[in-house]
Amino acid sequence: MKKRLGNFALALVGVALVGALWAITSATIAPDLPSPLKTWEESKIYVMQPWEKRGEMDQGILRMASYSLWRVAKGFLLAILIGTPLGFILGASNLFYKMFDPTIQVLRPISPLAWLPLGLILFRQSEPAALFTIALCSMWPTVINTMQGVRAIPQDYHNVAKVLRLSPWRRLTKIWIPATLPFMFSGYRLSLGLAWLVIVAAEMLTGTPGVGGFLWQEYNSLIYSHILLCILTIGIVGFALDRLMGVAEARLRAA
Amino acid sequence: MAFLEVTDLAKSYGARDVLSGVNFTMEEGEFVSIVGASASGKTTFLKIVSGLVPATRGQVTMGGAAVTDFSPQAAIVFQNYSLLPWLSALENVRLAVEAAFPQYSRTQQNEQSEKYLKMVGLGGAISKKPSQLSGGMRQRVAIARAFAVEPRVMFLDEPFGALDALTRATLQQELARMCSQAARPVTALMITNNVDEAILLSDRILALGRGPAASLSPAVPVNLAKPRAADLLMHDDQAIRIRNRLAEFLTAGAESRKSLSRAAASALSKTVPLEA
Repeated sequence: MKKRLGNFALALVGVALVGALWAITSATIAPDLPSPLKTWEESKIYVMQPWEKRGEMDQGILRMASYSLWRVAKGFLLAILIGTPLGFILGASNLFYKMFDPTIQVLRPISPLAWLPLGLILFRQSEPAALFTIALCSMWPTVINTMQGVRAIPQDYHNVAKVLRLSPWRRLTKIWIPATLPFMFSGYRLSLGLAWLVIVAAEMLTGTPGVGGFLWQEYNSLIYSHILLCILTIGIVGFALDRLMGVAEARLRAA
Repeated sequence: MAFLEVTDLAKSYGARDVLSGVNFTMEEGEFVSIVGASASGKTTFLKIVSGLVPATRGQVTMGGAAVTDFSPQAAIVFQNYSLLPWLSALENVRLAVEAAFPQYSRTQQNEQSEKYLKMVGLGGAISKKPSQLSGGMRQRVAIARAFAVEPRVMFLDEPFGALDALTRATLQQELARMCSQAARPVTALMITNNVDEAILLSDRILALGRGPAASLSPAVPVNLAKPRAADLLMHDDQAIRIRNRLAEFLTAGAESRKSLSRAAASALSKTVPLEA
């Protein structure tokens, strides 16, 4: 407990140092960068009334973040619904692995900024295009981790399945899925992180309400302090999401 | 025709011959052990006979039919327990029972699983996960799982190899008791590197020579009354003869490789009467 308190204090010191660096930078070499104090003054209304809706693009920060989170949740769900079975198939079949692994390795590094226009052409609406982009970009860690999890199932377990003559369904539910679960969850955690990265780009390009959309709008309105507000919000939410998945993962390993 | 027949079996992995010219028969109700040094191909032999691994050459038949896959009438106990860590002891056994007796109701399947867990002395630990059990207890679960499907033939792959000497001795007696209590005579083929363990449990023992291209020695019958006590076997004349004879089979390959003279080997054998 004492140690945790000490760690927390150290983290606060780190935050204070970075804040000081920010203040000094804005006061000296980068006059366009709003100082921490100015950022707070101009953003106060968004933080103090986090659920307020004053207009389509003028809403409390939590309300904006919740739009983004909801969009991420849908895209992420789509990603793991497609990615998990795909990973299982690639892990179980050498044929499929050899057939599709090179393609996946080519698709994996493509930026969301590249996929989004294609989504807009295909769906002609910003919302499905955003989901398409999030799913497509965040799917790969799930696919690859699940695949590696399946490939790492010990031969012992395969022998047990063979010796007990388990049906394919029981093989899947009693051996494959439980053996792969920790790998799958590591993949989900990475995928969720990616989905949150993608959301900002997707909202910026489509101009939909959300943290990313707000950020872009305030850039165009030259209210730079709100950009910093959005950046901080994105970081904090991303950190919280990763921690949540970490806790879920730890629970799973303990079970 | 014998219950289990192995004819001219050979197995190679690439250019490496593991087994060659192995012939073997076994009757129903017999407990047969194969002893051999580690890495002599014992486990490969058992995996082929049980249908887990295909042979390179030769044939295995069980009850007159060729063995191509692991038989529904067989069960196997692995050296490393091979329990599923996310299932409790009961669930591990029940997984086997469910597959073997799909016609049973859920209650009957539970009863069958519990009955065998009680038989191995784990009645109080049925809801524990393997990670909460000691090595000996894990192997008891594995033994219960094998017996619970009431197999016609039981394959034992160094079942006690991973246990300490004390636990090993207890579980050997436990296995002997399980075999004698079974509804019908248990047909069992055990692989072991421990000659005393083989003498304690078997009706017949064969030695697997040293690889590469290992083959089986003639069978050594064990005509000692069951149940047998491990400490008495240490001094029993017949047991000593069997032990010496098997030791000779097991070391023959090693000595010839070291190019020791055959005369030395036969001189050694004259000191102990060979007829078992």
